[in-house]
Amino acid sequence: MSDAPLLTTDQMASFVARGFLRFDAVIPDDINQQALEELPRLFRTWLDEFRGVTGGAAPTDIDTNDEYQLPRSGTVLHRAYAPDSAFGRMVRVPTIAGAIASLVGADPVVDHHFVHIKVAGDLHAQGLHCDAIIDQGPAFDIQLFWFPHDVAPREGGTRMVPGSHLRRVNMDDVSRYQHLAGEQYFAGDAGTVLIFHQGLWHAGAPNHGTRDRVMGKLRLNPMQPQVRLWDTSDLDARNRADDHMFARMEPGLVASELRRSEPWFEPSNTRLETVQRSTLWRYLTGDPEFDVDWYLTRTERRAGLVAK
Amino acid sequence: MLWLASPTLDSRVLGWSFFDGTSGAGPQPQADPPYGTGVEALVDGWRMLQMSPLIPPVPGHERETSFLKHEFVFERLVELD
Repeated sequence: MSDAPLLTTDQMASFVARGFLRFDAVIPDDINQQALEELPRLFRTWLDEFRGVTGGAAPTDIDTNDEYQLPRSGTVLHRAYAPDSAFGRMVRVPTIAGAIASLVGADPVVDHHFVHIKVAGDLHAQGLHCDAIIDQGPAFDIQLFWFPHDVAPREGGTRMVPGSHLRRVNMDDVSRYQHLAGEQYFAGDAGTVLIFHQGLWHAGAPNHGTRDRVMGKLRLNPMQPQVRLWDTSDLDARNRADDHMFARMEPGLVASELRRSEPWFEPSNTRLETVQRSTLWRYLTGDPEFDVDWYLTRTERRAGLVAK
Repeated sequence: MLWLASPTLDSRVLGWSFFDGTSGAGPQPQADPPYGTGVEALVDGWRMLQMSPLIPPVPGHERETSFLKHEFVFERLVELD
């Protein structure tokens, strides 16, 4: 995967600010077609596993088809899926491999995958949620959302809320939010992959269409510090800590992306979101003095005065 | 329910939800969002039941963000045939 193109600083800054990246029609059609064969079978394999275990059967009693075996959590990605399988081919597409390497390193491990099938005519709107539980610290997992067929508007494309990934909430405690300004419902071409920060709020959406919507989701854990893993050739020139919206402000600096607001942000929280993003950017760059609009710097300096 | 940009009722609507006690027989929201501010909902006949209290941040967590802060709950009673 060494020829995989790494993410740019702009893409990384956008991921930190908004919590996702989008790669339209990046997966070739033959792999998408393979996915439409394999993903529903992977879903049924999980269903058998789940029913078997919850029904009291020992795991060894489960009739598992080796061809569609589920990887165990913690398996290194490049060993988790056969290279000629749909998931195995998808993660080896250079653009995707490069994005994975940039965000979670070259050898992340598989947390789990899941195949989400939104049946045609299923009008249930899942409650907004983030996956797993409430997480701490700046290190993060990524989740790949792979749509192997065209998804038209209102045909079950995932609902998502840009900029929600750094809010500390647990699972579906945000499910009462039915409509938020600036939220998106995925629609796009076959082979589109979205890569989410683990904390991004999302939900399954009603499918008003006439075909089942299939989506493969893959969660990956980093196994190395996520520091400067992308193409950082232009980083140093754009990483100033003294860019300030009420003083000197330059377009093109990382700060200009990290202070981006979202339509659903309260003005007071927008500044706190900037602080959260700056903290995450410090982790990703290994630069403990990075800042946007001086929020961290001024308080850290004052704290230093008190300590003296 | 409305989530507003600030603690004041005349600030902008950032998000909304509608829980229909008439199972579709009563009036439905006509726009997204149905009102531009909380005050507009009052003008249209909704009664405010609750607003988020202003709670000081938890020490040590002053800079964390979580739920939308400014939540307002309204109800309206309608007669059905």
